[in-house]
Amino acid sequence: MTDRYVVAIDQGTTSTRCIVFDRRGQLVSLAQQEHKQYFPRPGWVEHDAMEIWRNVERLAPRVLSRAGIGLDQVAAVGIANQRETTVIWDRRTGVPVGRAIIWQDTRTDALVHSLLAQPGASDISEISGLPLATYFSGPRLRWILDHTPGLRERGERGEVLCGTMETWLIWNLTGRTQHVTDVTNASRTMLLDVRSLDWSPRALDFFGIPRAMLPAVRPSIGGFGTASEGFPGVRIGAALGDQQAALFGQTCFTPGEAKCTYGTGSFLLLNTGPDLVRSDNGLLSTVAYQIAGAPAVYALEGSIAITGSLVQWFRDQLELISSAPEIETLARTVADNGGCYIVPAFSGLYAPYWRSEARGVIVGLTSYITKGHLARAVLEATAWQTREVVDAMNANSGLTLTTLKVDGGMTADNLLMQMIADVLDVPLVRPLAVETVSLGAAYAAGLAVGYWPDLDGLRSNWHIAGQWMPAMDPGVRDLEYANWRRAVERTFDWIQPA
Amino acid sequence: MPGTVQSIERAAAILRTLAGGPGRLGLSEIARTLDLAKGTTHGILRTLQLVGFVEQDRVSGHYQLGGALLHLGTSYLDINELRSRSINWADPLAARSGEAVRIGTVLEGRVLVVHHVFRPDDTFQTLDVGTLLPLHATALGKVLLAYRAGGPVPDLETFTRLTLTDPRALTTALEGVRDAGWAGEVEEFLLGQASVAAPIRGYGGLVVGAIGISGPVDRVCDSRYRPRAPLVDYVRDAARAISRDLGATR
Repeated sequence: MTDRYVVAIDQGTTSTRCIVFDRRGQLVSLAQQEHKQYFPRPGWVEHDAMEIWRNVERLAPRVLSRAGIGLDQVAAVGIANQRETTVIWDRRTGVPVGRAIIWQDTRTDALVHSLLAQPGASDISEISGLPLATYFSGPRLRWILDHTPGLRERGERGEVLCGTMETWLIWNLTGRTQHVTDVTNASRTMLLDVRSLDWSPRALDFFGIPRAMLPAVRPSIGGFGTASEGFPGVRIGAALGDQQAALFGQTCFTPGEAKCTYGTGSFLLLNTGPDLVRSDNGLLSTVAYQIAGAPAVYALEGSIAITGSLVQWFRDQLELISSAPEIETLARTVADNGGCYIVPAFSGLYAPYWRSEARGVIVGLTSYITKGHLARAVLEATAWQTREVVDAMNANSGLTLTTLKVDGGMTADNLLMQMIADVLDVPLVRPLAVETVSLGAAYAAGLAVGYWPDLDGLRSNWHIAGQWMPAMDPGVRDLEYANWRRAVERTFDWIQPA
Repeated sequence: MPGTVQSIERAAAILRTLAGGPGRLGLSEIARTLDLAKGTTHGILRTLQLVGFVEQDRVSGHYQLGGALLHLGTSYLDINELRSRSINWADPLAARSGEAVRIGTVLEGRVLVVHHVFRPDDTFQTLDVGTLLPLHATALGKVLLAYRAGGPVPDLETFTRLTLTDPRALTTALEGVRDAGWAGEVEEFLLGQASVAAPIRGYGGLVVGAIGISGPVDRVCDSRYRPRAPLVDYVRDAARAISRDLGATR
């Protein structure tokens, strides 16, 4: 009998990757292709959806040949994708109407401001589990309809279709037959009733989105049809938003289990089980995953906009280091932050504050401060932002976090990992899995087709690769946290309403 | 304060002259520019040529800056960068071998552990990044010693009766490491433990570190007390993959 494998498509913000995994969850081969980032105006960020689909078509044969396997050896394909990125396309020709507007884009700022003033705005947050913000795809969809003459009418007639990236990929993979989304991606639109898991007529009405252009909502793990393009003949077993995929890849299947992925931004997700937990302190109520035929599993999410990108800023804009990992070397030249704090509210603050008018500050500057202190303050910003999110989670969920599973590129920074363990006062564990986002998509797809029998089977693949134990004096921790919060307050209300 | 070394001052002046000139310079030109005797200038140029900092044109006999000088700045590799660039290959090595993985560089005559991946069996283990290990008694250290040009011989401390404490025995062992391209160590540091390591090469092929696995002798070694061939292959594959990512030309 020949070995069988599962393929993950990780459609990310800067690149698309296809990865082949074996039954032990080990990476067998990887193929990656970056795509162009379009910045037509300040605050605008776009992708060419057609370029992304062509990349998938190109990567599919490449990753299989690198693994030395044929299509008949692929048990299933799973998709993990950048969330909240929105595209509209022509149903007949398959050509996108304009570029995809990506999650970092803030062009809906004014629109969101005016929507917030409309009656029923708070109900929409109640229905969707999300605060009304530029981050989500509903306002983005409304913006495209408002700015493209005749598009709303075409949407009402079902001539144009919309979706997030997994919808676009599945539509193309299935030869333009399946127009579907999964519950995790749908839960990031503000259009989904996060309890009934179907489109909310009230939300559609509020945003003015024709239902005819929306995809059908499906469980994340189940059936999305069989591919006829890219991986012809292979079942598409699963689709998940990238952060939910990372939660799945970290095998956080039990309520109370949490992971944080440290990348450009950082995203902490806590499994809250079949119960939707409402947040009154800035966390998002989101769907973690849903296996077909079973109730959905929910998560609380703390999204931090700027973590790794602060290090990039330190490297590219301030030019104080020449590579990102050198931040650790520089930070280790001093013993502490010297009283200096950096709050990176570059485009406002995400969780738990959701203050779009806040802007970044560096406080506590004295003539004593060196670039080493600044480097430390950069790393500490990620640690304290994690602490704020964890505090909100503990308050909200009634569950107390006892250990945090971490992944993402910044886990290579030992000093940062130790700082996070110190300020959270819980151990941090890093799994022996290089690519948790892709692994989660693979796990979900393999589960859907019976390649893996159950969640316990997946759990046995998870191993600890590294662990950081808290070692900070409680008095120091409390003092530093108080200082950090005072620094955060100084970012508020910087941008004045026009 | 100790005095300056005249020949180094003169060598630096020659390098500056070559860097500031429009193209290649002849021996007399360089000597005249710096007001040095031709013989002295020639001696310094030959030494600089030997270490690769200066090159001589075969036809004209004129001198110019050498390639090694250009690589001097880029061959330095930050240890945190080394960890960051290795992490994606160290994890699969631990998964495949079933043993703990460490990456090391030289610090003050010892092996500095810059990255550590736990043995993937979920037993309690402690991250030992920052720990110092003996150069002569570990596979990581032997690799680092074998590829380090003319470094001082470390203090050959005894850890077990198998530790190589005779400088000549160590020299022979290091020759073996260079021939094989990897190093093994069986109960030379800790009783019951063995390790295997291979060199990580950076820009220009310079060895910037070593990656290796370690574990109980009965798992790491075969019945002949030699590291198992598949484990050696896993280690060398990982070292090559990291070297490729770091831009080592092969």
